[in-house]
Amino acid sequence: MAEWIEACAAGDIDEEDVMRFDHAGRTFAVYRSPDDEYFATDGLCTHERVHLADGLVMDDIIECPKHNGRFNYKTGAAKGAPVCVNLKTYPVKVTAGKVLIEIE
Amino acid sequence: MSAADFEMSNRPRRDYSLVGESTRRAIETGLASAEWYHTEVARKTMKELMQRSDAPAIRDTMLWIGLILGSAAGAITFWGTWWCVPFFAVYGVLYGSASDSRWHECGHGTAFKTRWMNDVVYQIASFMLMRNPVVWRWSHARHHTDTIIVGRDAEIAVMRPPDLLRAALAFTGYGDFRHALPALLRQASGRLSDDEKSYIPETEWQRAVVAARWHVAIYVATVAVALYTRSFLPLMLIGLPRIYGSWHMVLTGLLQHIGLADNVIDHRLNSRTVYMNPVSRWIYWNMNYHVEHHMFPMVPYHALPRLHALIKHDLPAPNPSMWHAYKEAWPVLLRQLRYEDFYLKRELPATARPYRHEFHNMAVSAAAE
Ligand code: FES
Repeated sequence: MAEWIEACAAGDIDEEDVMRFDHAGRTFAVYRSPDDEYFATDGLCTHERVHLADGLVMDDIIECPKHNGRFNYKTGAAKGAPVCVNLKTYPVKVTAGKVLIEIE
Repeated sequence: MSAADFEMSNRPRRDYSLVGESTRRAIETGLASAEWYHTEVARKTMKELMQRSDAPAIRDTMLWIGLILGSAAGAITFWGTWWCVPFFAVYGVLYGSASDSRWHECGHGTAFKTRWMNDVVYQIASFMLMRNPVVWRWSHARHHTDTIIVGRDAEIAVMRPPDLLRAALAFTGYGDFRHALPALLRQASGRLSDDEKSYIPETEWQRAVVAARWHVAIYVATVAVALYTRSFLPLMLIGLPRIYGSWHMVLTGLLQHIGLADNVIDHRLNSRTVYMNPVSRWIYWNMNYHVEHHMFPMVPYHALPRLHALIKHDLPAPNPSMWHAYKEAWPVLLRQLRYEDFYLKRELPATARPYRHEFHNMAVSAAAE
């Protein structure tokens, strides 16, 4: 059953940046966009098992630190080689200064 | 490095195919797709270093294209006289060597901030180098995943025991050309090798074939123009610079890894940073900071000197010149002719943290047992 889990405080992530969040043996990436919205995806790249939180956020793109594969972190869409498989995304809300993500 | 230290052990002969015995062992021992060492850099600083910008690459690309066109114009004007030679010398290096670093940086997507600019320069440079843009994008991804892991890395320039004749021929450009052209023709005929299929996803195979056909079509057209005009000039401008102009790419590129450890998961031990003159650095787009590039491939070429200054306390001392680096590597290559396990062990600074030392000292075969 899906539940809302607190990932971090809203101020923990800089604008246009990403942070790693581990929960129950899983790893996620939580993003703050340049227009101050929050998003969440699986934490590992779909090409190889590399943490996206070490990558670079540019507008609505997260670039993987290993081979520079790019995803749209808002939709999870893979944007071309070497990433071919989309990222799973998760609903996010900000409540009382906390970033919550909905995880099954 | 101050005190070079040489190590030998008795390992089975290396199998450089990507679907053979070494591949199996690399996967079994955890050398394949491993987590590699990174020097600690604060996130804020790394974010700054990773920032993309169009300006440096636009400036460098305009200069590159301007020099290519200028030297080509001079070569055409003086064609038939000895005066064309210096123009071809410049043109060749820009076409056959500078294209390599442009191919590389644009393949990473770090040269320009604007994506399409990276893609356009990547395609042009791939053509100049007779590299299939699809095949090489994937082989380079593998090179970064499994740098100098035998049986996994598709881009090991000098294998062990070293084929010194082949390495010497590489400076003439012919060594690489005689593999690049047949590979392109094979791919254009619709056939990918087993090695290529091992690192390219099946969904990309047809794209690789189509890309090869485009390249071959342009070469056929160039040959046709040469025959029609009964002149060698079109081939001197398209295709042959890959031979006569690639010496600088080989001169700088060979130093990236030769003589150093293989089958380790720490770029400080298998890659080399070499200080170079500014002209070579411009041609090579700062890939002389090779340890830094492998550790942080997201950092654009123009930020590598800053990255180097930031982390050099954690890296082996760089070679002060290309001459120094070759002088260091040459005796190692000679020794490897008889003992292929012989290598140059990089010394880390006293304050640096060693990483996964078990891989450095252990025979891969023993670990697999
Ligand atoms: S691991 Fe992310 S692009 Fe390769």
